[in-house]
Amino acid sequence: MIPEPFAPVFYALVYILVAPIFGGLIAGIDRKVTARMQGRVGPPILQPFYDVGKLFEKENPVVTVTQNFYVLSYVVFMVVAGALFFSGGDMLLVIFAFTLSHIFIVLGAYASYSPYSHVGAERELLQIIAYEPMIILTAVGMYMVTKSFFVSTIVASQVPIILYLPGVFVGYLIVLTIKLRKSPFDLSTSHHAHQEIVKGVTTDFAGPNLGKIEIAHWYEYVFLLGVIWLFFAWNPLIAVVAILVAYFLEILIDNTMARVKWQLMLRSAWIIAGTLGLVNLGVLYYLGMVVVP
Amino acid sequence: MQILNLLLYLILFPLIAALFLLVERRDSGRTLIVQLSAIAIGIVSLVLLVLGFNRDTLLYAVGSEPVSQVMFIIEMVLAVFILYLGIRYRKSLTVVLILLQAGLLVWFETSLAGHLHIENNLFVDQFSIIMALIIGIIGTLICVYAVGYMETYHNRHKEIRDRRGIFFGILFIFLAAMFGLVFSNNLLWVFFFWEITTICSFLLIGYSETEEATNNSFLALSMNLLGGVAFMASIIYLAIADPSGNLLDLNYLLTTGKAIALVPAVLICFAGITKAALMPFSSWLVGAMVAPTPVSALLHSSTMVKAGVYIIVRFAPVLSGTTEGLMIALVGGLTFALASFIAISQNNAKKVLAYSTIANLGLIVACAGVGTYNLMWVAILLIIFHAIAKSLLFLCVGTVENRIGSRNIEDMGGLIVRMPKIAIMMFIGMAGMFLAPFGMVISKWAAIEAFITAPFGLIFIAILAFGGSATVFFWSKWMGKIISVMRDQTVIEDTVKKEKWAVLYILTGLVVVICLIFPLISSILIEPFVLHIYGQTAGLSQANLTIMLMMLCLLMIMPFSMLFYGKGAKPPALPYMGGRPMNDSMHFAGSIGISREVVLSNYYLEKMFGEERLFMTGASLCWALLLIAGILLLGVIL
Repeated sequence: MIPEPFAPVFYALVYILVAPIFGGLIAGIDRKVTARMQGRVGPPILQPFYDVGKLFEKENPVVTVTQNFYVLSYVVFMVVAGALFFSGGDMLLVIFAFTLSHIFIVLGAYASYSPYSHVGAERELLQIIAYEPMIILTAVGMYMVTKSFFVSTIVASQVPIILYLPGVFVGYLIVLTIKLRKSPFDLSTSHHAHQEIVKGVTTDFAGPNLGKIEIAHWYEYVFLLGVIWLFFAWNPLIAVVAILVAYFLEILIDNTMARVKWQLMLRSAWIIAGTLGLVNLGVLYYLGMVVVP
Repeated sequence: MQILNLLLYLILFPLIAALFLLVERRDSGRTLIVQLSAIAIGIVSLVLLVLGFNRDTLLYAVGSEPVSQVMFIIEMVLAVFILYLGIRYRKSLTVVLILLQAGLLVWFETSLAGHLHIENNLFVDQFSIIMALIIGIIGTLICVYAVGYMETYHNRHKEIRDRRGIFFGILFIFLAAMFGLVFSNNLLWVFFFWEITTICSFLLIGYSETEEATNNSFLALSMNLLGGVAFMASIIYLAIADPSGNLLDLNYLLTTGKAIALVPAVLICFAGITKAALMPFSSWLVGAMVAPTPVSALLHSSTMVKAGVYIIVRFAPVLSGTTEGLMIALVGGLTFALASFIAISQNNAKKVLAYSTIANLGLIVACAGVGTYNLMWVAILLIIFHAIAKSLLFLCVGTVENRIGSRNIEDMGGLIVRMPKIAIMMFIGMAGMFLAPFGMVISKWAAIEAFITAPFGLIFIAILAFGGSATVFFWSKWMGKIISVMRDQTVIEDTVKKEKWAVLYILTGLVVVICLIFPLISSILIEPFVLHIYGQTAGLSQANLTIMLMMLCLLMIMPFSMLFYGKGAKPPALPYMGGRPMNDSMHFAGSIGISREVVLSNYYLEKMFGEERLFMTGASLCWALLLIAGILLLGVIL
């Protein structure tokens, strides 16, 4: 195997190289399944790669040069967050890097001063504050079970975390809908072609910049699904099944729900974090669970 | 002895500077005095750091009898002065409170003080040094900035009486009082300096003499006097408990007198809550924004509210593990969450800053109230990071306000084009307040890790999770406003004075540098202090520190990527306007041939995060918590 001190670097590198491939495939499968649900044939599985490839061949029109900087920072910090996660780093640090990366895409949208990207940016911020508490509570829940914030320890734990954190898991799945930009929570920008604010945050990005945003999404998919893995880390087989089921559910929800207003999104996300998440943690806390991995 | 001289110097030198400033009439003379004193004070506080960081708590005997007499006389004179103003402006609440406080003081002096003998009146430890650095560097930088600011201020506001001599005099008295407060070991002395800061802030808030300013200054005064009464009560309690006066020795009280310290600790923390403007007393700090901006910067970052949290953090070991401490922590926690929510709904830049300050002070008090060793570490870290970033933000907003004549965030659109340097500094300051890997996020992170092992910590983690996300929202949308690129704008920051730039550069540099060197500050100042009190100490793990540093470096390299994009780029495209024809000055063809300008406004979510409703909720909940603490306290006394 890999010598101990290099393992984190190795895993980080693997993530950086392999995640976009996985992420792109997930996006492709997503589009295919969605198409089938809608009674269409759908594009080839590799279509996302063709799309991004084509985007990079185009010219790069910008409203202001600073947009390039924001997009690049978005990608870079998304990769940093994911790499930290897969190298076994501190969950909280991962979450903060993840937030930082999203702030950059929001700033990029604000910078252009188009009404569509502006509304998209405001909504993206609302989405961030909607999901962030639940994600932090997820990390805290993992800590309560495994006594560590480090992904390396959590993933090595032989405890079936899901049994201790069922509420947190459901809460995480619900905010995952926000994160994956799925209906009913695809407010800031949508993969579907029926958004009232054109393309929301990404309205004023085109060509290579848009391609970079797509690649960042691929990295993001892999990271977000990696968190699901943690709940089932004691048994890889179940973990894979859980990820597949969870993602299928997300697609199903996406295709059966109508987009909601931001008020409902924020309230429901916070209520879920406040009930499912906090009650679950409260019970654990109360019982003083000491589970030694 | 050497260090004692430094302490005396830091307390007395600003007073001498203040005397000169009170009489100096010329602008040039004033500028010179302020700059020289700032340098002198800054350097001496650094010398104090170099000489004192590796010592244990040092106690100093200073002739207490004559000094205490002088303090008593000054307090009486000030009481008469306040009484006069209270009657003149018909502020009955102030009159009642000052009479009550003065009465208590006179009764104390005549019947109790006779037997008291306190040997060591001054002390210094790492925490005092940290506070001294904040006061001595950030406080004086703000004073230097204020010189230029006040000139512009009076040019713009001809209707306001020019009393700059008094203004700068009070600023330096304020600094002296703050030094006194953090170096005093005798609680009576702490109380004296405490009252001086109250009165200084009262005078500074009312500087413009408008009706609003006068009312707000009296509001601040009344609330702080209420805290002063509680402080006085705790001194009387201690003097009665031990007539020899040993318990009034702060160091003795905190190390050996813990059993009896709970009641006075809670009373003093109540005073701290009023001074730190936590709910239900937050309205005075919000109202204080009528003052000239350097005053706000001073109140928010290095003086006044920091005195409040300083004393609460001092008493944290006493509060640790008690129900009363939990109540105080909950007041802090609630204040953090609600003030962060309220900040979302505000479009007045200074008000947003005010609520953000209140929120952060709440977080510090929440940490101190729970009072475990690692939370104490977090609390001190928060004090440092907050002081730097917040002073920078206030001074930037002040500069912007002087240029564009508005403190409304909506008017700051495209600041990156109009005032690029200021905008970038504001950007860094805001990043310091909520983005990884800057200071406040480091503290938030450490707070989560510390609360998770503390009793009832889950409540505070929930508060941090929700309140923390609110801070992300209001800072980011403000950032978005200043960086949105509008065309056809001219640069209007050329007229900003040299010394103002110098101050702003230094503070911006500090925001970044402090993130790089905070492990050092932690290991030479905070950790020894916490170790001394609790016998164990906290810190972030080495692996995480390395990653943070790498992130910070990455963040600093990223802007250079713009250099590559600049070359051979095509002229920028126009923003998407739904296909309507538009021109460079952001006018688009509207219906029936009318040309309209694009006007974008941020979300303020009034209905959900409205100030009035949330403040009422917070105030009533916090009063209830304080009441519970009070009842518990009565139980202890009886």
